[in-house]
Amino acid sequence: MTDSRPVLTMTGISKSFPGVRALHNVNFRLFPGEVHALMGENGAGKSTLIKVLTGVYDTDEGVITLDDEPVSFSGPMQATAAGVSTVFQEVNLCTNLSVAENIFIGREPRLLGAVRWGEVRRRARALLTRLDLDLDVSAPLGSYSLAIQQMVAIARAIDIQARVLILDEPTSSLDAGEVAQLFRIMRQLRDEGIAILFVTHFLDQVYEIADRITVLRNGGLVGEYPTAELPQLSLVEKMIGKELDVLEGIEEHSRRDLAALEEGTPLVAVSNFGRAGAVEPFSLTIHAGEVVGLAGLLGSGRTEVARLLFGADRTDGGQVAVDGASSSLRTPAQAIDHGVGFCSENRRAEGIVADLSVRENIILAMQAARGWLRPIPRRRQDELVDKYIKALNIRPADPEVPVRNLSGGNQQKVLLARWLITEPRLLILDEPTRGIDIGAKTEIQKLVTQLSDGGMAVLFISAELEEVLRLSHKVAVMRDRQMVAQLANDDTLDADRIMQTIASGSHREEADR
Amino acid sequence: MNDTMGRYRTVIGHRLFWPAAVLVVMLAANTIYRPGFLSIELKDGHLYGTPIDILRLSAPLILVALGMTLVISTGGIDLSVGSLCAISGAIACMYISKQPDQNSLGVVLTALAMALGVSLVLGAWNGVLVAVIGIQPIIATLILMVAGRGLAQLITEGQIITINSEPYRAIGLGHMLTLPLAIFIALAAALLVAAFTRRTALGMIIESVGGNAEASRLAGIRSGRIVFLVYVLSAGCAAIAGFMMTANVSSADGNAAGLWVELDAILAVVIGGTSLAGGRFFLSGTIIGALIIQTLTTTVYAMDISPQTSLLFKAVVVIAVCLIQAPAFRARFARRRRNAPPPATIADKPKEQVPA
Repeated sequence: MTDSRPVLTMTGISKSFPGVRALHNVNFRLFPGEVHALMGENGAGKSTLIKVLTGVYDTDEGVITLDDEPVSFSGPMQATAAGVSTVFQEVNLCTNLSVAENIFIGREPRLLGAVRWGEVRRRARALLTRLDLDLDVSAPLGSYSLAIQQMVAIARAIDIQARVLILDEPTSSLDAGEVAQLFRIMRQLRDEGIAILFVTHFLDQVYEIADRITVLRNGGLVGEYPTAELPQLSLVEKMIGKELDVLEGIEEHSRRDLAALEEGTPLVAVSNFGRAGAVEPFSLTIHAGEVVGLAGLLGSGRTEVARLLFGADRTDGGQVAVDGASSSLRTPAQAIDHGVGFCSENRRAEGIVADLSVRENIILAMQAARGWLRPIPRRRQDELVDKYIKALNIRPADPEVPVRNLSGGNQQKVLLARWLITEPRLLILDEPTRGIDIGAKTEIQKLVTQLSDGGMAVLFISAELEEVLRLSHKVAVMRDRQMVAQLANDDTLDADRIMQTIASGSHREEADR
Repeated sequence: MNDTMGRYRTVIGHRLFWPAAVLVVMLAANTIYRPGFLSIELKDGHLYGTPIDILRLSAPLILVALGMTLVISTGGIDLSVGSLCAISGAIACMYISKQPDQNSLGVVLTALAMALGVSLVLGAWNGVLVAVIGIQPIIATLILMVAGRGLAQLITEGQIITINSEPYRAIGLGHMLTLPLAIFIALAAALLVAAFTRRTALGMIIESVGGNAEASRLAGIRSGRIVFLVYVLSAGCAAIAGFMMTANVSSADGNAAGLWVELDAILAVVIGGTSLAGGRFFLSGTIIGALIIQTLTTTVYAMDISPQTSLLFKAVVVIAVCLIQAPAFRARFARRRRNAPPPATIADKPKEQVPA
């Protein structure tokens, strides 16, 4: 493999944004027929490198060659035409168009200028069959789950005679079965001689599929290694850049006596909350200082539960009591008045306001609660913002940078800060650690523990059972849009039991694949 | 050297640089064409001259554009401002014309209050359509844009109402401290809107709603109220502009007053750097935008450009201004220059070619 010539090289790449040095003198090479993992913490420059490669950004310095020819793409379309296809981290498809249209948009087969729709559908079906997907290609893409949308994006990318396929966090919203399916495709494409650049935060996946690894840290190159010669621990050390005590740093959450916690009036108690088409009616009580985990497969209704509790969607019926007093949670503003905060899993669409600065994004919820007539004095804003930029280690540590210039993980921290300054009594975290690196993940997990020790109730949603188990006092299990069980997190509870609960009664076997 | 370059970049990169540069270029072109263009003289305690005229005549547009800036920042648009100008002017003139003593200050103030009140109610109507019922802003305000002309006709009973009221005339043509009163009214409105949005959190919240409505809702912003408020504010600004327009000619014409001013106002906002997609807004940019448009109109007259070609001339200048402003266009232009020999990145380095 290494004796062949690289299909793609990047040499001495540098790129800065106002206030941020995203890449500094980075080299990268990609050989035909390999899966090459690009690793690094949030803000290490992985996404920027990919965007520079595909022409989304200009380089400040450096050379890119494809087949030994220097290239400079004006954008992903041109890169794609040259054989460098990308599936970006956030799915960039049009959910209102059909599956087939999404696959061929911008390069429809034409006859005399007219799109040949029959051909479009036929080829779309053929492509999806190759990916083992059985979809109605005429159905709008939005009617499928995020995971399927991701697969469609990959189908779109490989249709063109791609020689380089870039997958930026393709697995972050896929469940185990879907990941296996994706890897099968990736191996198949690799054996066909395609060079695959793979970005992920899941270490296991890297070791399962990658042939080589390039590590970035703080916009600089750490090195390039064959996977076999880089033990997992050294990889993490190279990514974080320090001896790895952070990971062991989280001790098991003190499994405090649930009975003691659940004494007294619950902070929030809902009964028969539900919404047709989203989630069956459920009841749930959350006490001060309690971490309630919400486990379940993708699409099992976890997010829907969170949205009902926050008033983001309206419940069809049922009652809610806050501090024992009958109340209502019909709008986000109402929920916030009751001291509820909600970090959405969809941080780009429902979280950050990209135009506004880090400072403005952080104070947004607090300001909204005060009303616009009572602005938070600027000095107080700066105090709060500085405090949380430090506490959460937000990079770059400049409050006036537009939040769009931050990496995904740092945007997530900005959102956390937005809610933490409102001092909520119940904080709902929907996949707060998805798509972010181990360092930040550990920080967030620690934070949840600290907050609950301080008396804050947390509803913690995560696809990773281990994380849920480590943090929660109580785990509510979702299956097929129903809350099927609420399990106390005592010594008898482990991932297997949760998985059994998820799987039991279900005839499908996706849980144990 | 580096420092100079840095400073140069900061100036060039400032969002007001290009609009201001265009304004300066237009004034310079006029001065070259007609050397007396910028001269100002003092007569009877009043300043006269083309620059003063430009300021005075742009006052109504500035007012309308201020309100429009806020509306556009929320991601909306208000097409009804022209009709609102006509309605407010019609109500004020109609009321004054029916009074025995048209020169009484009390009468004029009552007229203004009535007209402003009705305009705010109509603004609230727009606000309800957009924020409560959820009609798309362009359609919701189109209703009042069309119906409002009829309403203004109805108020004036299809006539052009002529009045003879000194205090009312002063709104458009009066003077204060040697300068036209209208300039002060526009300036005061600008300062008021600036204070109202930037001294409170309203500005940030408007930008947040315009930048990402769903994220704002989930952050607890009651965006409906904010959106409602900007349409009311926009109507208020339009009403005052309507007073100026009718005071200039001491008559109210339901058909002609404020005709197409909504388009000029949208243009001024866009030239000023506020995106039609919503988000960040720039009041100072809007004011420069309005001045550019008025200067352009004056230029057309001053340069004796024939009426047949004047609209075309305006269009060309406006397109040029918008292109110069667009970052995408500038980037492409810059890249093309840099990439003149095709693989520029490589060619440039070893040979130390002169950067364009």
